[in-house]
Amino acid sequence: MKKTSKAKNLLKGDFLTYLLVIVVYAVFQFMIANGSLGSLYEGLLVPVCIYVIMALALNLVVGIVGELSLGHAGFMCVGAFSGAIFSKITADMITTDLLRFVLAILVGAVTAAVFGFLIGIPVLRLNGDYLAIVTLAFGEIIKNVMNVIYLGVDEKGLHFSMKDELALNLAEGGKTIVKGPQGIIGTPHNSTFTIGVVLILITLVIVLNLIHSRSGRAIMAIRDNRIAAESIGINITKYKMMAFVISAALAGVAGVLYSHNISSLQAQPQNFGYNMSIMILVYVVLGGIGNMRGSIIAAAILTVLPEMLREFQDYRMLMYAIVLILMMLFNWAPACRRFRERYSLKRIFAKKNTKEAQ
Amino acid sequence: MSFINYLISGISLGSIYAIIALGYTMVYGIAKMLNFAHGDVIMVGAFTVYTVSRTMGMNPIIGVLLSVVVCTVLGMLIERVAYKPLRGASSPLAVLITAIGVSYLLQNLALLIFGSTPVSFTSVIPWKGISLAGGKLNISGVTIVTIVACIIIMAGLTSFIRHSKAGQAMLAVSEDKGAAQLMGINVNGTIALTFAIGSALAALAGVLLCSAYPSLTPYTGAMPGIKAFVAAVFGGIGSVPGAMIGGILLGIIENLSKAYISQQLSDAIVFAVLIVVLLIKPTGIMGKNIQEKV
Repeated sequence: MKKTSKAKNLLKGDFLTYLLVIVVYAVFQFMIANGSLGSLYEGLLVPVCIYVIMALALNLVVGIVGELSLGHAGFMCVGAFSGAIFSKITADMITTDLLRFVLAILVGAVTAAVFGFLIGIPVLRLNGDYLAIVTLAFGEIIKNVMNVIYLGVDEKGLHFSMKDELALNLAEGGKTIVKGPQGIIGTPHNSTFTIGVVLILITLVIVLNLIHSRSGRAIMAIRDNRIAAESIGINITKYKMMAFVISAALAGVAGVLYSHNISSLQAQPQNFGYNMSIMILVYVVLGGIGNMRGSIIAAAILTVLPEMLREFQDYRMLMYAIVLILMMLFNWAPACRRFRERYSLKRIFAKKNTKEAQ
Repeated sequence: MSFINYLISGISLGSIYAIIALGYTMVYGIAKMLNFAHGDVIMVGAFTVYTVSRTMGMNPIIGVLLSVVVCTVLGMLIERVAYKPLRGASSPLAVLITAIGVSYLLQNLALLIFGSTPVSFTSVIPWKGISLAGGKLNISGVTIVTIVACIIIMAGLTSFIRHSKAGQAMLAVSEDKGAAQLMGINVNGTIALTFAIGSALAALAGVLLCSAYPSLTPYTGAMPGIKAFVAAVFGGIGSVPGAMIGGILLGIIENLSKAYISQQLSDAIVFAVLIVVLLIKPTGIMGKNIQEKV
């Protein structure tokens, strides 16, 4: 009997998360229709969706697998570029915007998943600090390589070079798609708030179902005690890889959404570098490691808040850093944990109740 | 000739990586944590010298001494405020994420104070250097001083660890914290000392780095910091001579790939080295293989 009530509680929590996303979506749709949302905030809706998906993807790795990935901006970069390349190539072939965009999202997700798998082979043999630094290295490699890639298309097919535009040898009428450091220009603006929210919901379904599945329990067992999990026959590499690849694919989806929201896409330190990975990490830590609803709320608030506090723009990053340190100290320092246990509201109330019962 | 020139400047760059890597490897050996903020301590050191010698107009030597003091204090402060409370935390991620936070904090504080436009750093070494082989082979003063400084630091640190009581205490703490405490070693003091030494070395590395590459921004320390960590892993983390060998090899690899392969991809090549090392020999060149116990 106890087991079923626990399962019910879990489902109730998930249900609340879905409800939260849908209600917020409805409110904002209403505000857009009403015209009470300024154009500045309307422009923020898609970025909010992008960062929410990124935060969910990273939280899957940090909270559920229990490893720190500092390369998620790299997966986002892969997704953004592959999705945008697909859209540019098929712009003339597929005329339905929605169909093309959905296919682009799939292409971005699959490409990022393939990269996640390839990177996961060496990375997932490591753990802790090593894993963090190697994922960081991969993120930087991806960003650097994207800056030297040239890709063009003509009637003969795709041309690829890592030197310059002339080396592509394009035939007459061919067009260059990726221009090295200049990136991709003129990707169609297909990202909308509605598609973003649908993607958030799909992400949630994937992540929450994974957590509650048999595989999810295996992944969390590895997180809590790797050696014990291994000794009862859990295949560590397989389950870690599963979570890592799913997370990479979701980051790729966020990337596609990103590239179809801006007109010129370049791989720069600001958007796909180490700083982006840290920013997503701040969302995850602030929302609560392992808590998906927290990630959604933190990512949404921290994307909108800087726009509302324009005059404190210079202090924004500083605040992020301080929040990161304080949250970690508050949540994890043994001394703080003891303090919180002693003075937690739950315990004080529990004491009161037992006293009253007596 | 140009190959030898690239090689020598590679060794010089590698010596700087080696000095930074020493800080990483000592802290990792003793506190078992990756001090992400180490790279940004370098930047603080360089900015201290810049402020003292450029803005306040004092002798650069005073600036260097002062920056060593500032960084030592900063290193101990970071350890005390951000890392020590998390010792014994149940998640290994906690202290790593905090270290990232500290790194981010230092960068953004510097950004607020000094702005993001690069400032030009005047080399603290006035010596022009020597010219060999009829002017074909020019070795700058900074290069020579860097290499010599690296050798001196290396020798000094090795004899400190081997012959002084504090050095022996460091070795003991890195072997077994609990046992060291039972033998009457002040574990917290030893860890603080390690951070102090590592940060003092970071200050020197910052001065040498900015003397060789005279453009200073709040992000100056981040990349060399990460590369020095790669060097520490390459040489075998926890090993002092390993940090040295790893650093110099990495510097040579970076400079030669910059010269002969691609300017833009040199960073990617350096990181690829890390991945190859971890795939083939995860303990690095000089590292010990530690069996994980249940």
